Amino acid sequence: MIAVELSKMLRRPRTWVTILLLNALPTLVAVLLAVTDLGPRPGSGPAFLSAVLADGTLFPLAALAIILPLFLPIAVAVFAGDSVAGEAQSGTLRYLLVRPVGRTRLLVAKLVSVIAFVLLAVVIVAATAYVVGSLLLGDQPLAASVSGTTLTPEQVAVRTVLAIGYITLSMLGVASIALLLSTLTDSPLAAALGALAFLIASSLLLTLDAAEVLQPYLPTRYWLSFVDLFRDPIFWRDIVRGIGLQAVYVVVLLGAAWANFTTKDVTS
Amino acid sequence: MIRTRELTKRYGSILAVDGVSLDVRAGDIYGFLGANGSGKTTTVRMILGLVLATSGEVQLLGQPMPRGGRKALPQVGALVEGPAAYAHLSGRANLALLDAMGAGGVRRTRQGRIDAVLEQVGLAEVGRRPVKAYSLGMRQRLGLGAALLRQPRLLVLDEPTNGLDPQGIREIRELLQHLHANGTTVFLSSHLLAEVEQLCTRVGVLDRGRLVLQEDLADLQAPTGRTVVHTPDYDRAHALLDGRIEQRDGDRLVVRGADPAQLNAMLVSDGIRVTELGPERRTLEQVVLAATDTSSHQVGVTR
Ligand SMILES: Nc1ncnc2c1ncn2[C@@H]1O[C@H](COP(=O)(O)OP(=O)(O)O)[C@@H](O)[C@H]1O
Ligand SMILES: [Mg+2]
Repeated sequence: MIAVELSKMLRRPRTWVTILLLNALPTLVAVLLAVTDLGPRPGSGPAFLSAVLADGTLFPLAALAIILPLFLPIAVAVFAGDSVAGEAQSGTLRYLLVRPVGRTRLLVAKLVSVIAFVLLAVVIVAATAYVVGSLLLGDQPLAASVSGTTLTPEQVAVRTVLAIGYITLSMLGVASIALLLSTLTDSPLAAALGALAFLIASSLLLTLDAAEVLQPYLPTRYWLSFVDLFRDPIFWRDIVRGIGLQAVYVVVLLGAAWANFTTKDVTS
Repeated sequence: MIRTRELTKRYGSILAVDGVSLDVRAGDIYGFLGANGSGKTTTVRMILGLVLATSGEVQLLGQPMPRGGRKALPQVGALVEGPAAYAHLSGRANLALLDAMGAGGVRRTRQGRIDAVLEQVGLAEVGRRPVKAYSLGMRQRLGLGAALLRQPRLLVLDEPTNGLDPQGIREIRELLQHLHANGTTVFLSSHLLAEVEQLCTRVGVLDRGRLVLQEDLADLQAPTGRTVVHTPDYDRAHALLDGRIEQRDGDRLVVRGADPAQLNAMLVSDGIRVTELGPERRTLEQVVLAATDTSSHQVGVTR
């Protein structure tokens, strides 16, 4: 059942178009950097971007930092918002339920498919960026950690994998909001927009000093903490908090989604 | 096969289904008649566990719904309020996906079953085309195919002939009769009297959420004890049958007495010409109109 849901995801043209679009911006940035040779000053612009002119193999991290604040969460919100509401809108939800597929199982399968989508997207973006970075950008093995010491290529590789995992986890909060909304409405668009509104509010509150008491609980608060994986030694505090916070969002929101979906009238 | 007790569904202030007690027996082709908005789809959704009843109970193949859905639904094929499919996939791929999604869809036999079902519903040639290229009638056939895929004991079909042309409607009717002959029980909802009259063995009539009639079609259409005679010789017939004529409409007379043969002999021996003669039977339309409250502006049954 989960396998079928995954194959449905992989066979949708929309999945691949979204991943293509996610790759477009980092690739454009790489081309611009290569052509102009104008990197951002160290400490400004997306993380790692100032380093990639020297070492193109760091570009996957820069690419992830580019898509993380906006592109990736939009894709996740649209994808997760569509998961149940899309089936409701097309009418296939009622046929799944009378097939019968248990409502809890369906929700779990949808969640797994959302996580798989995020992981797939992040991995493909990182892989593409590695290829693009190696081809177009600098080839001095720099591998400087954010703290200034040098990391071995193996260390960079391991930490990149950890970063991919952390970024995927960071998206689960958004995914859970969108999934909850997706069980509340029969309109995938409404669910995606609702989740985005939540994200935009969260990003805005993060910039507002008056919202300081709320900030540790905002879903976007620890997203960029993946950079901490590249300190020497790794600075775990925010990463652990980030994972914990996402876990709370996932448990609460998915609990609500489950409670709603398993008791609701399917009238679509 | 389906038994409901005082099934009621309220949407806010709207009472969509009101105290409906259905009894669909094994071997029936049950016609669930009602105007648009009378609550047919809502009842079907409650039977299948999609919508939760406000009060009342549903037993589907002996299982209480919605709890018993895991046991009952694998033996039920359903079409609810129009077909639905993933538009970017082919008809075949849609059937395969749905089959793989739940229990009882044995992979080894899947392709064979899909072939057989596409053949049955007349989609064998277009099965590989994406569903977005299908007409409404073809989608309806695909939906019916999906319902048939695991040879269910019970078919629950909500307006199965919507969107089909007359030829298609006939094919579906013949298909359902064929399935019924092979032991499948069929429960179908419709707003079309003629459809139910031609196909069904048992009828339930829903009027604004209430079940106003539930009976075997044969009983509803039993002779009324009167005979209908068509004759051009009204005056002479009137003289002969004086008092027995209950109704006249041009050449058509309704005569008291349940023995057409005796009446015929009597008329002919008197030299009265008879163009048509037979026992009076009520049509389903008359029965339904009598059962539903037609005084309301909301006419009970649309044709
Ligand atoms: N989801 C819903 N919310 C509110 N009212 C509904 C809903 N679904 C159906 N109804 C109302 O319930 C009544 C019965 O509808 P329905 O079961 O679809 O009838 P039918 O299938 O016989 O045409 C109608 O008055 C309809 O407006
Ligand atoms: Mg209906």
